[in-house]
Amino acid sequence: MTRESCLNVVLMGLLLAVPLAAWALDEPFIITLTTRAVIFAIAGVGLNLALGFGGLVSFGHAAFFGLGGYAMGILAYHAQTYTPLMDWPFVIEGTKSMLVIWPVAIVASGLAALAIGALSLRTSGVYFIMITLAFGQMFFYFTISWSAYGGEDGLSIYVRNSFPGLNTMDPIQFFAICYGLLLLVLWGVHRMANASFGLALRAARQNEERLQAVGQVPYRLYLTAFAISGAITGLAGALFADLNRFVSPSMLSWQTSGEIMVFVILGGVGRVYGPVAGAALFILLEHTLGGLSPYWHVYLGAILLGVVLFARGGIFGLLAGREVAHD
Amino acid sequence: MSWILLVEQALNGLQFGVMLFLMAAGLTLIFGVMGLINLAHGSLYMVGAFAAAAVAAATGSFVLALIASLAAAALAGVLIEATIIRRLYDRDHLDQVLATFALILIFSEGTRWAFGSFPLFLDRPEALSGTVSLPFGIEYSRYRLALIGVGLAVAAGLFWMIAKTRVGIRIRAGENDREMIAALGVDISRLYTLVFALGAALAGLAGALIGAIQSVQVGMGEPVLILAFVVIVIGGIGSVQGALVGAILVGLTDTLGGFLLPKAFALFLSPAAATSVGSSLASMSIYILMAGVLLVRPKGLFGGA
Amino acid sequence: MKLKQLLVTAACTALLATTVQAEGVKVGMITTLSGGGAGLGIDVRDGFMLAVEQAGRSDLEVVIEDDQRKPDVAVQLADKMIQSEKVDVLTGIIWSNLAMAVVPATVAQNKFYLSPNAGPSALAGKGCHKNYFNVAWQNDNLHEAAGAYANTAGLGNSFILAPNYPAGKDALTGYKRFYEGALAGELYTKLGQTDYASEIAQIRASGADSVYFFLPGGMGISFLKQYADSGVDLPVVGPAFSFDQGILQAVGAAALGVRNTSQWSKDIDNATNAAFVESFAAKYGRLPSLYASQGFDTANLLISAMDKADVADQDAFRAALQTADFASTRGDFAFGPNNHPIQDIYVREVIQEGDVFTNKIISVGLEDRGDAYAADCKM
Repeated sequence: MTRESCLNVVLMGLLLAVPLAAWALDEPFIITLTTRAVIFAIAGVGLNLALGFGGLVSFGHAAFFGLGGYAMGILAYHAQTYTPLMDWPFVIEGTKSMLVIWPVAIVASGLAALAIGALSLRTSGVYFIMITLAFGQMFFYFTISWSAYGGEDGLSIYVRNSFPGLNTMDPIQFFAICYGLLLLVLWGVHRMANASFGLALRAARQNEERLQAVGQVPYRLYLTAFAISGAITGLAGALFADLNRFVSPSMLSWQTSGEIMVFVILGGVGRVYGPVAGAALFILLEHTLGGLSPYWHVYLGAILLGVVLFARGGIFGLLAGREVAHD
Repeated sequence: MSWILLVEQALNGLQFGVMLFLMAAGLTLIFGVMGLINLAHGSLYMVGAFAAAAVAAATGSFVLALIASLAAAALAGVLIEATIIRRLYDRDHLDQVLATFALILIFSEGTRWAFGSFPLFLDRPEALSGTVSLPFGIEYSRYRLALIGVGLAVAAGLFWMIAKTRVGIRIRAGENDREMIAALGVDISRLYTLVFALGAALAGLAGALIGAIQSVQVGMGEPVLILAFVVIVIGGIGSVQGALVGAILVGLTDTLGGFLLPKAFALFLSPAAATSVGSSLASMSIYILMAGVLLVRPKGLFGGA
Repeated sequence: MKLKQLLVTAACTALLATTVQAEGVKVGMITTLSGGGAGLGIDVRDGFMLAVEQAGRSDLEVVIEDDQRKPDVAVQLADKMIQSEKVDVLTGIIWSNLAMAVVPATVAQNKFYLSPNAGPSALAGKGCHKNYFNVAWQNDNLHEAAGAYANTAGLGNSFILAPNYPAGKDALTGYKRFYEGALAGELYTKLGQTDYASEIAQIRASGADSVYFFLPGGMGISFLKQYADSGVDLPVVGPAFSFDQGILQAVGAAALGVRNTSQWSKDIDNATNAAFVESFAAKYGRLPSLYASQGFDTANLLISAMDKADVADQDAFRAALQTADFASTRGDFAFGPNNHPIQDIYVREVIQEGDVFTNKIISVGLEDRGDAYAADCKM
């Protein structure tokens, strides 16, 4: 077992042990906090697919995160108020079932990522960063003025959506759902990264010409990666909205895009489990520093700065050593 | 809707654009010469405004306040360049984004710690208060007119400096070929510090000038930062001409969009719906503009090939 | 020797007495203490804690957390307060969107929520709840009073503007509810907008006889400074949010003479208010704002209920809150059927006292005003 996979196991074990211990000690808030970290980790794993493996620095992933959140919010809102989502040309009712909400969130944000990606991938480098930011801002301002679903006030859902056989309002059971999805997503991304798709993606990142020479079209590869990446982040958004029983435009702000990016970089760009470590550390910092001083953002900033300057490769770079060349 | 109102709105758009240029010029130069994305540029804008407000409160002089804004922002710029930014030049954009994102956090909370949580007071000088009468019966704010003047003068000065002076030649050389000018014996790290300080000072000046008619508060730099990025991307990153054209384009789109779109929708929607749809679309308009420009010209209007 | 022993015994008895009583109330305060808008949260906190300190009760414990003005953080903190801290009462939220995220879940879990600032219409009408008490105002109130004031002041052609978000739409609806004149124009600006040249140009061209605006925080500062400089000299009316003590100094002379509506002012003539203004200024070295007064009143309401009932007996405690039997800085204060205030809304004018800009009451805008949504509330 390499140091990296050893670290992966420790990390996932800790993420499971903490809430179980908290459950035993009756500290439900710690479970909620860990659930938050797990959900952010899913969002980060999604972004990492585009950013870490494809080298696509997206500064607009909050749009997909928010879209997933709104998919959940809108469906649940209509179910909660017993109003149909649409009654022409055919009737669509809202729903409170997670098993319906997740696919809708995934498909909606995946399609949005496909559209945004198709346009944005015509550019590259800094222009790509900025055009994704622009699309993110467009979605953000749209939701603020979308008064049918609360505008800036957002939408409140009084009870969490349902999952067959579980009581989702119980923190530990909801945690279990999120943790299970994180495992599933990690498994999928791991498979993808080591399948021909992932290898081609990494090859494209390093040398586009060479890839074209062997008959692969980088544009299509990038677009696929970007769409899947958006879809995963959208799923995280739906879970996040369910965790808070609330969705609002702040999920789509550019700061959220920045935060998801921070998870990825903090953990280690291009490592499958990197964002998990990043999100967990971020939540830990937020929780501990917040109690220290009202000006805790200064400390957070200093730590982030330290990671960029002195710990290249993030937590994984620090603990698991330099990445082994994959090609 | 009279055409006088339209002209006045166009002037407002121009004024907004010219101020955006002060922010964008530094941002685009720093990117062009050093290849750095600086998210903390908005913080330098804030530093300038706070320095101006503090000096104006102590001395009552607007001129001194402007000098203070230039000096404080340049100083803050040199300080972070020498300690942090310098280490980021040869990193990829991702590291630069994260590091300067961290700097925003430090600057914002640091300023709040130093100046408190309440907005500060900064007023335009008495000599520039009130309005002036322009031809055709247009009444326009004297201070805003002065802003247009200052902005265009700075733009002219900047173009002259880049085209004619030695520093300017080095900057252009630096944009084209970094190894080359180092080989020619130019102290590259001094040049970098200089360019960074220049960009910072321009941002600080913009902060002070705008702070006088807006509110001087923590976080004031971020919305402007995003707009400045939109500007340089539209103009083509690294191009000062592009920044000027982009800034004015964004200024006009934002101002005229907010003014005309609700009216356009009122032609076929009820007034309430038109205001609502028009205002939402107006707030998205500059991002739509940016996406549109990039789709036609993926490297911006003045970007290389 | 004997004296000392006696003292020790007395102290012990006192200690015992308090521990016996210490079933007490635990309050969770979630408010904005960092980032933009921190000034409002700090004022609410300081006002609240001043009242707590003056009451000097050992059976009242307050836990304070910073929501950073982010709804998801606020929800997370509410979970923490309820699940880990086991608080009985939550309070502190400044912004309507954060209140919408936190309040419904809080009251659904059988906790009390006392709002020291936000009063979204959704929580006053159909979404009202027996455990949700608003100690500030329903969001429309100050705007309604401004509309009423426009009528009495003989203003018949207003130009009105607000940001394009729910509270902005509520504001203009509130103004129009009482205003009887014509509208010269109605504008929705971008949330967080800082340049109003375009709007001011439209005001100039509209032929209006007055301007009503709702632009909270930095937006209002920017608007007023630019308006004062534009040469348009129509009378301006606004809600107190753009003229409270915290930001008036940043607006400066540009605000002088502006009429604004508020349920509180530092010159409301009653003993509680005079004592509050004096002790707040003495403790914190600045004049209190309207947010500080709301925090102070919220704490005093809570303390008055603690005197009457045990928080463990929810029905009794709720009834005690409903009577609103406390000395408010606003004078008369009562709760309507939806647990929202019935109070006078004043019209104030911005004046200068020495170097300090502040407000003076000039008339009563609406007397004993409840709110427009109470009828929709079925508890």
